[in-house]
Amino acid sequence: MSVLSDLSAALRSGAVQVVDLTHRLDQDFPVIVLPPEFGQCARFRMEEISAYDHRGPAWKWHNISMSEHTGTHFDAPIHWISGRDVPNGAVDEIDPAMFVGPVVVIDCSAGAQRDDDFELTPAIIEGWEAEHGRIPVGAWVLMRTDWSKRSGASYLNLREDGAHSPGPTPDAIRLLVHDRDIRGFGTETVGTDAGQGGHYTPPYPAHFTLHGAGKYGLQCLCNLDLLPPTGAMLIAAPLKIKGGTGSPLRVMALIERQ
Amino acid sequence: MTTPLTPPPRKNPEKRTVSPTLPPAMRSRAAMGMTAAASEGRFALQACAECGAPQYPARDACVGCLSPDLRWQDVSPNGKLLAETTVRTSTNLYFRERAPWRTGTVRLDVGPVIICHIHGDVAPHARVRLLNRLDRSGQGVLIAMPEHPTPDMQDDPEMRVLTSDPKLRRVLIADGRNPNAPAIAAALGRAGATTIFVGEAERWRPNPVQAALLDLPGVSILPLDVTDTASVQELAGEIGGKVDILINNARFIRPGGVLSRGDTAFAAQEMEVNALGLMRLAQAFGPGMCARTADGVNSAVAFVNVLSAHALVSLPDYGSFAASQAAALSLSQCLRSEFRASGLRVMNLFVGPTDDDWHQPLPPPKVTPKAIAADLVRGLQDGLEDVFCGDVAKELVERFRAGPKVLEREMTMGGGS
Repeated sequence: MSVLSDLSAALRSGAVQVVDLTHRLDQDFPVIVLPPEFGQCARFRMEEISAYDHRGPAWKWHNISMSEHTGTHFDAPIHWISGRDVPNGAVDEIDPAMFVGPVVVIDCSAGAQRDDDFELTPAIIEGWEAEHGRIPVGAWVLMRTDWSKRSGASYLNLREDGAHSPGPTPDAIRLLVHDRDIRGFGTETVGTDAGQGGHYTPPYPAHFTLHGAGKYGLQCLCNLDLLPPTGAMLIAAPLKIKGGTGSPLRVMALIERQ
Repeated sequence: MTTPLTPPPRKNPEKRTVSPTLPPAMRSRAAMGMTAAASEGRFALQACAECGAPQYPARDACVGCLSPDLRWQDVSPNGKLLAETTVRTSTNLYFRERAPWRTGTVRLDVGPVIICHIHGDVAPHARVRLLNRLDRSGQGVLIAMPEHPTPDMQDDPEMRVLTSDPKLRRVLIADGRNPNAPAIAAALGRAGATTIFVGEAERWRPNPVQAALLDLPGVSILPLDVTDTASVQELAGEIGGKVDILINNARFIRPGGVLSRGDTAFAAQEMEVNALGLMRLAQAFGPGMCARTADGVNSAVAFVNVLSAHALVSLPDYGSFAASQAAALSLSQCLRSEFRASGLRVMNLFVGPTDDDWHQPLPPPKVTPKAIAADLVRGLQDGLEDVFCGDVAKELVERFRAGPKVLEREMTMGGGS
């Protein structure tokens, strides 16, 4: 039996299960909000073109529009100024092998429940490794906060001084990128950085460090609570947009039934 | 004495909604001058440029000297009731349904004797003040009013059909994030609107004016995003049958002309909100409102747009925004034609620079939310089609009418001037 035929059999038997980590593309799903004089992330929009009617008798279809960074989405290296010169840094240039790979999940949900500005620190990462082993090279690292269970105004959690949501410290993301050589970092929040991430040095350390090193980002993920800390496989393939800085996508994980 | 309107009973669901009928709409091109004046609430007659004689009814040559040079000008609206009659029945369906209907003749102080509708509070042979108002066909007609205001005079049945008065009507304000929304809601409440629905987009973001809205009686906030067709359709599905006046105050504005940003993202958003938003609201709410223009005390009466006066001519510092306003104005004109058969009025309220964040670097005068609200309510009470709110808008339309090319050249002096 080959590896893939084993996998097929496992999928059929349920020994391997597919978990959807994607939010629905919904017109009312929050997007990142920037100061209003800056260009803004387009919301998801859908216009009906015909619905088995005078506009097209036998078919129904929609025109859709959105930003590359709307909904559950992938960040490519050229999304950030630090990654603008990274080779193959656009979504259409990335080696497709990068779209399937191992994933580990660091559970920060208890901390995020206590503190909207909860920080993922090197100490937390090292503590996780003491329990689950060293983060493998080339792994996706997902920060579980259960933030995806929030809805409405509590998701962005905007206040007078900006958004308040958890994220990694500059040291934590440097540890993951430079010492562990991860593939990318993913979150349940609207960005890979904390809501107040602009106040770190460097500002937005996850974006700055990940993309500067040619790593990827995933955000607005959900169902991370269904994943094991280690041993799952992540499938996250962005649309092949020419020169694209990111893309909405369907993110799935393969997990082995315990 | 006018009998004050009372809140209508809840609708009998077994009864068919009364279909709209219209008063006669045909006018000569010359007579349309009266309609143009009525659309702004002005009382005007033709006057002969050669002999000065005021003319009535509108004509193509002077009644005194046969000069074809007749110009519409505002004149004194005062006069005296000469004779009157009450129409008890009519072959015209519109008046038949509304009989009895008081009508008569008035000698104007400026000379001509005119035929007009007569308010119920006018006494025989009394001094009167004429109003030039749009009827449900959208044509200018004259109504004689008491010389001095009487209690509840707006509630007179003849006045009710010549106005879009918010009293006892239900209103939807499309954009509850616009800083002008609380002032508009408050003014409509004071004018007697019973229910004020307010749309709010993106409820996942804080709305700085939400608390002010919720403090007002009769206000309920509902999800509505004019850029999202599904959201507009959903709200129309829920409350479309209860919207008598729709106020489209949604606006997206960013400074900049054609070259300033080098992309079309903000321009596209301006079109999405300011022009296509109007279209989405009209598509979702328009047909239901058109079907209810004869639906009793709280019949549907008006679709209101708050537009920039720069719909008429560009303001290059806000050039892409001005383009979206021109598009919205054009759509509103199209909508007038499409609403015509129902008698539903499209009222445009034109403003100059508004007193908000996006006009902060501009010098005063700037239009305040309170001024917008006051002129909007007055426009509805007068049944207008075009309201110019504030000095900038008033001056701009005057200059536009005097010479559009001169105004264009003045507005486009460029950085070197």
